[in-house]
Amino acid sequence: MSDKTDITLTVNGTERTISCVPRKTLADALREDCRLTGTHVGCEHGVCGACTVMVNGAPVRSCLMFAVQAEGAEVRTVEGLAPEGGLSELQQAFIDNHALQCGFCTPGFLMLITGALEKDPGMSDEDLTEVLSSNLCRCTGYRNIVRAALAAAPAIRARAREAAA
Amino acid sequence: MQDQTTPPLPQDHNKPPRKSAYIGRAVTRLEDRPLVSGTGRFVGDMDMPHQLWARVVRSAHATGRITGIDISEALEMPGVVAVWTSKDLGDLPDIPFRATRIEGLGPYTQPCLAKGRVRYVGEPVAIVFAEDPYLAEDAAETVFADIDEDVDPILDARAEPGEFAPGISTAPLTLTKGYGDTEAAFAEAAHVVELDLAIGRHSGIPMETRGALAAWDKGRERLDLWGATKRPHWNRDRLAEMFGLSPSQVALHEPHVGGGFGIRGELYPEDILVCLAAMRLERPVKWIEDRREHMMAANQSREQQHLIRAAVDAEGRLLAIDETLHHDQGAYVRTHGARVADMSIGLLLGPYRVPAYAARAHYRLTAKTPAATYRAPSRFESTFVRERLIDAIAARTGIDALELRRRNFIASDEMPFDRQMTALESDVILDSGDYVGLLGKAEAFCGLDALRTEAAGRRARGECVGVGLAYFVEKSGLGPSELVRLTVQPDGSIEIVTGAASLGQGMETAVAQIAADTLGADYRACRVIHGDTDRIAHGWGAHASRVTVMTGEATRRAAETVREKAREMAAALLDCAPEGIEIDGGVATCRTSGASLTLAEIAAALDPVSPRRGDREPGLAAEAWYHNKHMNYPYGAHIALVVVDAETGRTKLDRYWISYDVGRAVNPAMIEGQIVGGLAQGLGGALLEEFRFDDQGQPLSVTFADYLMPTSAEMPDCQVQILQDAPSPLNPLGVKGSGEAGVTGSGAAIASAIDDALQRPGLVTRLPVTPQYLKARIAEYDAARAEGSE
Repeated sequence: MSDKTDITLTVNGTERTISCVPRKTLADALREDCRLTGTHVGCEHGVCGACTVMVNGAPVRSCLMFAVQAEGAEVRTVEGLAPEGGLSELQQAFIDNHALQCGFCTPGFLMLITGALEKDPGMSDEDLTEVLSSNLCRCTGYRNIVRAALAAAPAIRARAREAAA
Repeated sequence: MQDQTTPPLPQDHNKPPRKSAYIGRAVTRLEDRPLVSGTGRFVGDMDMPHQLWARVVRSAHATGRITGIDISEALEMPGVVAVWTSKDLGDLPDIPFRATRIEGLGPYTQPCLAKGRVRYVGEPVAIVFAEDPYLAEDAAETVFADIDEDVDPILDARAEPGEFAPGISTAPLTLTKGYGDTEAAFAEAAHVVELDLAIGRHSGIPMETRGALAAWDKGRERLDLWGATKRPHWNRDRLAEMFGLSPSQVALHEPHVGGGFGIRGELYPEDILVCLAAMRLERPVKWIEDRREHMMAANQSREQQHLIRAAVDAEGRLLAIDETLHHDQGAYVRTHGARVADMSIGLLLGPYRVPAYAARAHYRLTAKTPAATYRAPSRFESTFVRERLIDAIAARTGIDALELRRRNFIASDEMPFDRQMTALESDVILDSGDYVGLLGKAEAFCGLDALRTEAAGRRARGECVGVGLAYFVEKSGLGPSELVRLTVQPDGSIEIVTGAASLGQGMETAVAQIAADTLGADYRACRVIHGDTDRIAHGWGAHASRVTVMTGEATRRAAETVREKAREMAAALLDCAPEGIEIDGGVATCRTSGASLTLAEIAAALDPVSPRRGDREPGLAAEAWYHNKHMNYPYGAHIALVVVDAETGRTKLDRYWISYDVGRAVNPAMIEGQIVGGLAQGLGGALLEEFRFDDQGQPLSVTFADYLMPTSAEMPDCQVQILQDAPSPLNPLGVKGSGEAGVTGSGAAIASAIDDALQRPGLVTRLPVTPQYLKARIAEYDAARAEGSE
């Protein structure tokens, strides 16, 4: 159980090889072995969604996945959302709409929204709002998160369509 | 959203608007950029070289005698450095509580590890220190505590008291408050209305669990702790006392904090154990709570049972209220002592004139996770109780419930109104308010008549739709004091150091707005330092909706002094009179010549070695205190439109309105954020959330699958009306707090709306109104009505 395994995965566009025990969760591996602490662990049982990252283009709960399962995968975390030195449209929309208070759940929401829209650019605003109920926030009452998601959605959809074309 | 502002205050229209007029503007938050880019630094994100990880072994029994704890297997596991039980702690004192006038709680404090007995499931009985968190958890699994369940657990605050320890009762005290002759009032009353009400056990449940990282510098004999926040200076002083150190040898530091809501940052057993281990093992020690632990170990709150009676005259005027409260404290007295029970009876009367009042709060220990404060402590509970009572009086007398409230409101010309009682150790003197005025504005804001018509129409078509209103008085700006040091740096940035704390509520932005507005600078040039005991000698932290009031006013005073220093120095440099200098946007301009200097240039001129400084005190800086003996009392109304599914008993909030008078709004977007976020927690407490225990005291709500918190799907469309009709006379800005208003009235308003939806006055007597509760309660209500007793 304590023998470490080498895992090679691509995180935010950079290939990394890390060595961890088979039972280590992807969330812990990202935080401890990749030193990417923007991915937060809120419940460790897959409900709160604070640990949401994208694996091969789809949002997943990184607390419910072992790091070894990410062998060869493309992983994207909150640290990989922004263009160099800037912020993504969604990150900026969160600031503009007061969509965060303590900010602990924020990376999970950012990855959830970005992942959902990139995966399905045709997703309606109603469906997007529905998707937001996947994650928990204890500060904002969600209203401003919905506003931010809807404000940034057109830009994310357009970029996703462009990338697909 | 960005353009949203509150109505401007009267100003001189001949002047162009100031660039630095930030108070009242919904500017974006200074805190946000690191938090959206994944560069926040929460305690879980911090590591130190050679650190150990701690894992707590917790009691699996609600009550019993410890006959032995076997740690032998854990000690032999690879990577395990130490395993402690209470006998390893020596004479480490129990965790103290904040001194109040309430006496008799001394025997009930919590030891850091259970001594002799366990008293709740989740109580720390041992602690393991290992090289990594997975190993620590493995080792903790092997520790076996042998518990003799010698007595049945007490799980009801109204049950016959038992023994906490030999000769020490689980009923330590009964608090009483009141005035006037209630007996005479009840004797002459036209109506006596009595209700038996209860509120379930809830908690703040921040998204970040608790955590702590401690390091001991053996050479300098200095202890550093990251993680415990809310009351950094109080915590520092208590840690120093417990370890026999000077406060100057202990420092607390506040990293990013993932929500507080009253429960985070109190001194808990784990904080102390982590510090002790860092000192003894001479290695940094880190502990991060998991969610299951959090649900059985962090402070819980709210659980109270209220028997309340009102004496009312024929016109519906209150003559007296008599209240008997049973407060379920759980297994130990924690840092708050008996404050929630005390506030519950001290603030119960809300906005109403009550000629005579008698209240008693029975403070009882039970075999549950200990309790303390959770956002709007005592007000969520007592507003539910009081507003249920007002609705019941309306039903009994046939007087419209809003008219009844108007008849009983304290009038604005009676302010300040002395309640002749205390809460939180201060006299309850309602400082300002126009209760009738706000009710009218709230009715108009939600369109109450149209809502009622809509609800009646939908009911006629077979839906169970109802409207409910609750009125409440909050409290904010708890003193006693706050200190701020404001310094303009040579690069023009403005550092503001305060002993208050940030729990994610946006205090950095609010404080920066007040500083920048007063000084005449860009709020984005401000850097607010908080929660760090090394940076400032005194501080009272973040709780009780106090930061914008207390730190805000201390900041305003410091900024005023700095502004005058800057004007004087600028006047000398620009060769004009100080009165002729205006500062705005970080630039001091001579009104006559138009010549100007930046704040950075003025700060440079005041550098200790600057030849231009002359005899002036070095530095463009000032310290200011604000002392405040009295809280202020913001107020508001909640209005709920609910739909009940009669088949399943599920209640859904359809639409919601909150009107709130905040005295003066510093940042309306942040206030709305606080209020809407508070509503989410309030609706959780009203409909979903509850810590349940089985008859052996086993907790049944230890995951997010059992303790249900609202998601975006449960949130209604919510409109917030921020009013500034009653600025507080207790501080020059007139500010009142807004951290708790979204919670306070929600349980009461939702209960009232459910009564209306089901056309059963007085139906809801308990929160949360879960589907199971509602179905059972309807059956009980209808049976009683058939017998003619409800």
